[in-house]
Amino acid sequence: MSAVSAGAAALRDAFLSALVALGLFGAMIGLKTEVGPTSLVLVPRPWAVAIAVAVVFAGRLALLTWRAWRPAGTPSPRRLVTAGARAGRFVAPLLLVFAITLPAYAGRYWIDLGILVLTYVMLGWGLTIVVGLAGLLDLGYVAFYAVGAYSYALLAQNFGLGFWTCLPLAGLLAACWGLILGFPVLRLRGDYLAIVTLAFGEIIRIVLLNWVSLTNGPQGISGIPRPTLFGLTFTMDGGPGSVADFFGVEPDISQRVIFLYYVIFGLALLTNWVSLRLRRLPLGRAWEALREDEVACRALGINVTTTKLTAFAIGACFGGFAGAFFATRQAFISPESFTFMESATVLAIVVLGGLGSQLGVALAALVMIGGTELFREFAEYRMLIFGAALVVMMILRPRGLVSGRTPSVSLGSSRQISADLISQGRG
Amino acid sequence: MTPPSLLEVHELSMRFGGLTAVDGLSFTARASEITAVIGPNGAGKTTVFNCITGFYRPTSGGIALSAPGDGTLALERMPGHLIARRARVARTFQNIRLFAGMTVLENLLVAQHNALMPSVVNGLLAVFGLAGHARAERAAIERACFWLDAVDLTARADDPAGALPYGAQRRLEIARAMCTCPVLLCLDEPAAGLNPRESDELSVLLRRIRDGAGGEPGCSILLIEHDMGVVMRISDHIVVLDHGRKISDGTPADVRADPAVIAAYLGEGDEDEVTESAA
Repeated sequence: MSAVSAGAAALRDAFLSALVALGLFGAMIGLKTEVGPTSLVLVPRPWAVAIAVAVVFAGRLALLTWRAWRPAGTPSPRRLVTAGARAGRFVAPLLLVFAITLPAYAGRYWIDLGILVLTYVMLGWGLTIVVGLAGLLDLGYVAFYAVGAYSYALLAQNFGLGFWTCLPLAGLLAACWGLILGFPVLRLRGDYLAIVTLAFGEIIRIVLLNWVSLTNGPQGISGIPRPTLFGLTFTMDGGPGSVADFFGVEPDISQRVIFLYYVIFGLALLTNWVSLRLRRLPLGRAWEALREDEVACRALGINVTTTKLTAFAIGACFGGFAGAFFATRQAFISPESFTFMESATVLAIVVLGGLGSQLGVALAALVMIGGTELFREFAEYRMLIFGAALVVMMILRPRGLVSGRTPSVSLGSSRQISADLISQGRG
Repeated sequence: MTPPSLLEVHELSMRFGGLTAVDGLSFTARASEITAVIGPNGAGKTTVFNCITGFYRPTSGGIALSAPGDGTLALERMPGHLIARRARVARTFQNIRLFAGMTVLENLLVAQHNALMPSVVNGLLAVFGLAGHARAERAAIERACFWLDAVDLTARADDPAGALPYGAQRRLEIARAMCTCPVLLCLDEPAAGLNPRESDELSVLLRRIRDGAGGEPGCSILLIEHDMGVVMRISDHIVVLDHGRKISDGTPADVRADPAVIAAYLGEGDEDEVTESAA
């Protein structure tokens, strides 16, 4: 009897959902404008509406049925966390092996995509230091990316310096900008901090756009030199001093692409190593403590200002490295590459991955950058799919793909800390 | 006979707009003693604490700490983190403030931040395994283990602090403050929410902190507490506040006999204490 009434309730629920879908889709899908002889003509599409409504009805019914028949007793968060950690132990080495061997069997397109994904992985890992560990919401991370890119481009153009000389300089300059941004905003918290960092990102872009004498404005800087392998260049003519000449092989464009791939792979691993190491050191622990409770930090004698500044500077430094790499890879940069959308994408990667989780950030970058690239053929629906995926993710896993935290030190066996205990930081 | 004074609060006033929370308060806390600050709700006790530990800047007056080997430090002019670092005044909070998402052991290591990382450059060098960090870390873990043992939390060392029961969180907060090697420990209502057995254990722990044990030097304690049982049992010296002013100052026996105190405070709620003191 109760099964019958539950079935009736489910049917009614599904019917109501279908009704809402009819109201929504009636105009949006049901009417299509087409170019007529003199003006636009409305073409009704009742069948498309009927299919959409039927899909909603059946989907809702299936969802309710699944909920009713689902075995009682869902797994506890504790078990989920440890299961996630166990899976992570396999996923991380597999990803690493996949990343190392990718150029061996993938074509040019896939390696290019790999470079793009790895750039975002590196940016994500850099931003994780600021947002994930120190809990400072930074919406202007792209500013440091831009500083790094322009540092390399300008140093190379004006002083003829090579990539490997400029890489540390670009990181250093970006770190300086991190400090400059850090000083005024340290008093701010939460939303206020987010807005000021957002403004800072825009200021950098607008300065790059308008300081034409230095940055060449919207035309950008072109002809940025490519990186060399211990002084060997990747030129197509295979002349003396080139890689092809030195190893006695045919010059091929893919050699340079593969080299770039391994450069960004190495840079990303460096970022990962440094942040993993910092997490286990007093500085990283102070960052996490700052995220958990700033007042308590102050009471324990931790200089909150310096600690926040170091987080900003080190995060910015890796952003600068990534920027220098971006410049050398594209050989052309313009302010257009450093819009707020980039900051938002990197932040979305960090949040989706799970605050402070290195593996989560890598997975999120793979899904977000690789995913949007794969959906390229869907054209305008790409962003729709992307947005829907974000919403679904936030419902299913509100604390990101890999939530939970591994303690930095333990006396006995180290256990994962479930995400609901961890503070997300208020800036 | 009387130990030297450690903390001298002189004519301390703190005003928030038109409200005077502390009004010309002077008192002395002596070294290796437990000094309790008591008073009805809203008497200004926590405000005094916040002034001493640098969370508020007092409107007027002075707070002088006689640091061993460091002369006299004027706490009212020091920034908050230096009070903990240089003057070595540690505190706990009325509403417990632990790093909930970090383990018990990590909480105690964060407290030793300044010992582990004397400067930022030093902290960055440690990334490359330099600056003798490994040795410092071992010593810090040793110190953490000592205090874990003292507050009976060794078995929970690897659990997140936020998952501990309330009484254990209170003890952990005290252990965390002690890991900063303080000369003065300020406790804001450490017995709040504890059951009688836990209060007794707390009294034993506080006496042990005062006297020092196991190679630890003794540490003076400044205590805000509403639990009169605890206050009367362990305090060497009591300061009574009401409406931001000091109304009594002396040994527990003096204070409980003081008619002003009974009128302002003990007489209102705590009948037991009055009859006990009369007996």
